[in-house]
Amino acid sequence: MLAFFRDLDRRWIFLAMFLAIAIPLLTGIRFPEAPSKMVRNVFQEIDQLEDGSDILLAFDFDPASQGELQPMAAAFTRHCALKKHKLYFMTLWPTGVPMIEQNIRILATEFPDYKYGTDYVNLGYKPGQEVVIQSVTSEGNLQNLFSTDNAGSSLKSHPMTEELGDIQKMALIVNVSAGTPGAKEWVQYAATPFDLKMVAGTTGVGAPALYPYIPNQLRGILGAIKAAAEYEQALIEKFPDLKENKNSQEGLRRMGPQLIAHLLIIGLIVVGNIIFFVDRKRGTAS
Amino acid sequence: MIVAYFVPPAQSWKDDLAIWFEILAAFAFVLGAGNLLKMHLQKVSSRQAGWGFSVVTIVAFLVTLVVGLGKVGVNPNPTFPEYAWSGNKMESGSSWFWYIFEFVYLPLAATMFALLAFFIASAAFRAFRAKNIEASLLLGTAFIVLIGRTYAGIILTDWLPAPLRFDRLTEFIMDVFNSAGNRAIMIGISLGIVSLSLKILMGVDRSYLGSEE
Amino acid sequence: MNRSTIISVLLILLGGGFLIFRASTGRMGQSYARVSQVNAEEALQKQLTDLDDKLAQQADKQSKDSQAIQASRDQLQQRINAVTGQTWTTRTPVAPKHRGEKDVEFNWPMTIGLWISAFGMIAILSFLFQDNILYKLTEAILIGVSAAYAMVLGFWDGIVGILFAKLTPGMVRETVIPATPLEAEPELMFLVPLILSGMLLMRLSPTGNWIARWPLAFFIGLTAGFRLVGFLEADFVQQIQATIVPLVVLEADNTINFGATLKNTLTVVTVFCCLVYFFFSIEHQGVVGGIAKLGIGFLMITFGAGFGYTVMGRIALIAERMSVLFDDWLWLIDPTGKRIGLF
Repeated sequence: MLAFFRDLDRRWIFLAMFLAIAIPLLTGIRFPEAPSKMVRNVFQEIDQLEDGSDILLAFDFDPASQGELQPMAAAFTRHCALKKHKLYFMTLWPTGVPMIEQNIRILATEFPDYKYGTDYVNLGYKPGQEVVIQSVTSEGNLQNLFSTDNAGSSLKSHPMTEELGDIQKMALIVNVSAGTPGAKEWVQYAATPFDLKMVAGTTGVGAPALYPYIPNQLRGILGAIKAAAEYEQALIEKFPDLKENKNSQEGLRRMGPQLIAHLLIIGLIVVGNIIFFVDRKRGTAS
Repeated sequence: MIVAYFVPPAQSWKDDLAIWFEILAAFAFVLGAGNLLKMHLQKVSSRQAGWGFSVVTIVAFLVTLVVGLGKVGVNPNPTFPEYAWSGNKMESGSSWFWYIFEFVYLPLAATMFALLAFFIASAAFRAFRAKNIEASLLLGTAFIVLIGRTYAGIILTDWLPAPLRFDRLTEFIMDVFNSAGNRAIMIGISLGIVSLSLKILMGVDRSYLGSEE
Repeated sequence: MNRSTIISVLLILLGGGFLIFRASTGRMGQSYARVSQVNAEEALQKQLTDLDDKLAQQADKQSKDSQAIQASRDQLQQRINAVTGQTWTTRTPVAPKHRGEKDVEFNWPMTIGLWISAFGMIAILSFLFQDNILYKLTEAILIGVSAAYAMVLGFWDGIVGILFAKLTPGMVRETVIPATPLEAEPELMFLVPLILSGMLLMRLSPTGNWIARWPLAFFIGLTAGFRLVGFLEADFVQQIQATIVPLVVLEADNTINFGATLKNTLTVVTVFCCLVYFFFSIEHQGVVGGIAKLGIGFLMITFGAGFGYTVMGRIALIAERMSVLFDDWLWLIDPTGKRIGLF
């Protein structure tokens, strides 16, 4: 048995991982989620704002990480729309533009009362990475960089951006980021120097490194798909009508395959270590 | 950039320089693409191994470039219908550029990164060994976090006292040890960045100019 | 035939057979779009109506504002006359359950795109079995497309959207960004970044690439100055400030809050021990060595947590991709009800 595992072709491990994800997806296994303290803190930051507050949604991610981040971006968008906040979308990544469009489609389909230019606007993308943050935070400088929105309409033609000089007036910055530039840069160049309130959603890879910013510089983080699922659960608890909206439960659906895959990984680590210790005891470990 | 921090009237210079930077960053994309083209054309012309794939890369690059720069298939902006090129280059359902992004770039890029899950599983089996106390600590913490961040953490450890349940333990590990450890790393990195920036600004470090310096 | 080849052939035959069966019964891989006609004249008429409303709200019809609105109205009327008869069609992707509705039709380009993306995904996943020509081909396509994508966005959003809009606002207004403000004047100062950009592109030249050092120096210098302040403020000063916390936390009634006390003490001790570990100017021996060892232990816990989160992140990516394959392409699952009532 041990010899079988010791010489195991890695393609069997790949197959096991494939099945660990495919079977829960095909059977639709779901598990209940309870929002953790961190997720509740992030939730409260958006929820406690007065209805109609100005929120900057900076979606700095790409297709490679949308699997993890799109559920939380969608949850943020829905929450802000349910609170009737004014939404300003922008991105520091060239591939972030279609990611914003995906979430704007949510507004178009689920919130037909939301009008472009009055309730939400898409500023789009500008090259320059974190220097763009400095341009949009600098007093009165935003329209020097963004003279038009992503569709090519003048910012002066929209009621919500007519007088928009910079983002210092934003009640909250909501950043969903997959790497650099992303949440760290927003904390360094916007939240910290201008004392702006900010929450972030990041990948599992990036989340641990942002914890030192909590709570002074960053009010909270949603780290990885688990946090997205908990946030969706918190949304359903606050807005029970969302239970009927299957599109708002993407993160919750993914926790089934997530759990099985986690157990597989743990099993593989345990088996690998058993082989290691047995071999070491026999004096044959390499 | 530094002076403007201490001398607020210099803020407008900072803003102007930032916009110059953003323009240069846009041209850096052109440079990167040009470099890619140059590299692959050299590979094709010298018939190096795998030159056929370089042809595919060049063709894919040129097709996407022409379609994107030319806004092929893009309808005018309804606010300015008399301007044929005023439309959104990523107009869904019409723009050829959107089709290439939606059905080529998005699925392929996402799947390429998704492969990592399989390699992590393989690495977990082959490489993650509790060889010493440090490695055991690492694996033990990973074990707690992996279980604690799923529903399994609640079912398997519900019988333990509240602070020792894996979901609570995970939160504690992240809030205390992870936060503090990363804070120390962050402080170290910030000092490194500051010293490197000062070395660059004072001309001591000129490695960015290339290997001749 | 070796074993790998036999397995590959078997997988292709089984998979192919399954696909042919499902596709032939119309139970997979179809895309639908809502078709709508946009009439340019009607689109501009809406703007005219808005202007008329604004004019009606003006108390003084002879005021400067009223005259400005009237002028815009006259201009708009001329534009409406110029676009008479101009129409185009938009296609918005919709869920298959909407088929049968008015204006919703089967869409060949999106369907072909869906199948291309599905086969592309399978080609990349085939790398897990063994490296093959399909994977290499798909990888080559991805490299080419991603480089061009970045360049296109850099061009439209950076070069045209910022540089040309500043240098030649009139030309930009007449061609690609008609919303460019009328009062915008050419800012000749932006000749400097134009020249710098031209110098940057000299990097591609074998003989002239030394010219690119100047804009690179600008780039690096600006980044260095920018980051110096940002890192010092956010990652150094603020982090030290956040570490200076009371080691004994008292409640309002002067009793000790053991939870917060433990948390704060552990935080300070952990940061201190880790920093001692990173301090290599003193030899790690004796007391210092002991503290450094403790620091390593804490760092291992940090990295273990990071590893756990990394695993979580990667699994989510493949779960999403497989969800797309099973849902959008193979139609094996329908968690969001995209095909309710279809079969």
